[in-house]
Amino acid sequence: MAQQSEIRYLTPPSVDVKKKKYCRFKKNGIKYIDYKDPEFLKKFLNEQGKILPRRITGTSLKYQRRVAQAVKRARQIALLPYVTDLMK
Amino acid sequence: MVITKKSSTFAPHLLQIIILINQLGSMNQYETVFILTPVLSDEQMKEAVAKFKKLLTDNGAEIVNEEEWGLKKMAYAIEKKSTGFYCLLEFNAEPTVLKTLETGYRRDEKVIRNITVRLDKYAALYAEKRRNKFGKKEEA
Repeated sequence: MAQQSEIRYLTPPSVDVKKKKYCRFKKNGIKYIDYKDPEFLKKFLNEQGKILPRRITGTSLKYQRRVAQAVKRARQIALLPYVTDLMK
Repeated sequence: MVITKKSSTFAPHLLQIIILINQLGSMNQYETVFILTPVLSDEQMKEAVAKFKKLLTDNGAEIVNEEEWGLKKMAYAIEKKSTGFYCLLEFNAEPTVLKTLETGYRRDEKVIRNITVRLDKYAALYAEKRRNKFGKKEEA
């Protein structure tokens, strides 16, 4: 009872181990991003159908450009929406 | 002085030859996707697809692959229609063919959306893999 200020947790608080982000294209050796595959491209979109920034997905600049290109093409042929709510 | 004169007289011919060679060897690999209106009958769709294939082959293009994805739901409505008949054509052609293809698309009311993309070497590799996959699926 001497140390009341000490907070006790039931489960020990997880210490944030920063997981290093990586570019999935570089790691898996993917050279071409297909605009005809909306399911794959959805991994790079948020719920409103916006393209996620690199700081979240970890994609390298080179492939981020290609992702963006592919997403925009997919939107043109109505495989992906331009605007939406609750896509996932 | 003599050399410069000579080169100046010969340069136009050389240039022409170079341009000719470039034009001869400028077959590119392209891929086009177009969406037809869903109000058509199956026969009309086949006809439309055949029409564009003919348009390409008549202009000296060589069709590599053809895929029909069938009636698909579109992500947003185009011309107040929520579904569309998707079709993909891969072909080798000279760049000039694209203009005729584009006008062909624009003249045809049945086509509600189209996209044509040049395939770079990685895209060509991917397309080849995809072709093999798609072919196997059709067999199974």
